[in-house]
Amino acid sequence: MSSIIPADLRYAETHEWVRANDDGTVTVGITDHAQRLLGDLVFVEIPEVGRVVSAAEACAVVESVKAASDVYSPLDGVIVEVNETLADNPELINQDPYGEGWILRIKTAAALDELLDAAAYEAIAAADEDEDAGSLTDPKLVE
Amino acid sequence: MIHLSHWDFRMAKRTPLYARHAALSAKLVDFGGWDMPLHYGSQIEEHHRVRRAAGLFDVSHMTIVDFAEPAPPRALLRYLLANDVARLYPGKALYTCMLNEAGGVIDDLIVYDRGEIGYRLVLNAATRDKDLAWIAPLAERFGAAWRERDDLAMLAVQGPEALTKLESVLGVATVAAVRTLKPFHALEADGLFVARTGYTGEDGVEIMPLAAEAPDLWDRILAAGVAPCGLGARDTLRLEAGMSLYGSDMDETTTPLVSGLGWTVAWEPAERDFVGRAALERQRAAGVPQTFVGLVLEERGVLRGHQHVYDGDREIGLTTSGTFSPTLNRAIALARVSAGVAGRCQVDIRGKRPSARVVKPPFVRHGRALID
Repeated sequence: MSSIIPADLRYAETHEWVRANDDGTVTVGITDHAQRLLGDLVFVEIPEVGRVVSAAEACAVVESVKAASDVYSPLDGVIVEVNETLADNPELINQDPYGEGWILRIKTAAALDELLDAAAYEAIAAADEDEDAGSLTDPKLVE
Repeated sequence: MIHLSHWDFRMAKRTPLYARHAALSAKLVDFGGWDMPLHYGSQIEEHHRVRRAAGLFDVSHMTIVDFAEPAPPRALLRYLLANDVARLYPGKALYTCMLNEAGGVIDDLIVYDRGEIGYRLVLNAATRDKDLAWIAPLAERFGAAWRERDDLAMLAVQGPEALTKLESVLGVATVAAVRTLKPFHALEADGLFVARTGYTGEDGVEIMPLAAEAPDLWDRILAAGVAPCGLGARDTLRLEAGMSLYGSDMDETTTPLVSGLGWTVAWEPAERDFVGRAALERQRAAGVPQTFVGLVLEERGVLRGHQHVYDGDREIGLTTSGTFSPTLNRAIALARVSAGVAGRCQVDIRGKRPSARVVKPPFVRHGRALID
């Protein structure tokens, strides 16, 4: 079961996707691969608009029934918009990770070509599948 | 170069239904040394299926131990277990803790009285080795013969429609007999052990077929319209039902009295000695320092185990397990807090302290919310 990795987006190793907009901002979400590993999402903690973030800085939290995971900013910049609808509908990330499930928009001067392209991210996602879930899953179940 | 995946080294155990889970594209996870299905697509949908209709769980990883005669095991089990098997009669089951001398919980288990056949214990999977190492020398001292039944599988069929769906699988007559069973009773028909027990807070049964017969039984139950459900849903269901999970809610460092399990300790008759009794009596006499409660988060977020609980500035305890409750659409937790805590508290979630209401579990039973 391979996940969807759109060719026109850029990616971070930590499973965020980045879409360049026309106005000097980028839209950020988590990948289809990431949402599959997390399972049903039930809560998203979104940051304040106006917050200055650095690349690789934790800036949101997505929680599934199973576990909480940080979402890292892929770039330096300022958060200019967050997806408020996720507060009531976290499952949008499962249903439409690259569309309605977007998480935040960042104004940035950073160059996107430092980020992974689809082929490079696909290699990471594939290696992750081999590892059977990697760091995103940590089911603390004991029985 | 030869490529060896980590699977070759891990040697995880597989139940007789492993191939079935793989064929259903289950998300498999390591669970106490077993490769087990976490879910088959959506944990939340599986949860709702059990609350509203019927779900099928493979719980063959659980440890089953049989004592093959009644008398010597009875004396052993009255000493080994904090609840009293003298309360049992043929066909009746009992939930109990097995304690160490300090009153700490080695494991929780269900013991079934099988009359002249003896007793059956169902213990946890991750605790198997230490459980058997604990039981073996005591069994020898009491002259009680026992054996592990790793030739058996275990399927749980749970939900309001479980028994109706099983009519086409087990036969109308068998299911009619099961319906006459009260909860925590079992019967044996056609070599099949069927118990009206479970870990979901719903009606249903746990069935223990021979391992070789388990895949066919699994197929027939699915064909009857029961949905396969993974251990993820099992965990959210048991938490809503206020049922304890060994290793999270209690362990060898906690007694049943601080784990919400005081009701499982049989103090009477006073002359019955059992392992841990003296320690429990001392704790009871000194005053039990903590109480075990349910928490319902009043704000957005998800409760998890090991979160610190506060009453204002004062830390009053720790959550032992928590989750998002699909039935209540809110976060819930079990927590061990200072005795006497009631009303409201706050839970530390990543540095914030949202408010939670202290409630008495269970949160949900038979599909119905028990809290507002």
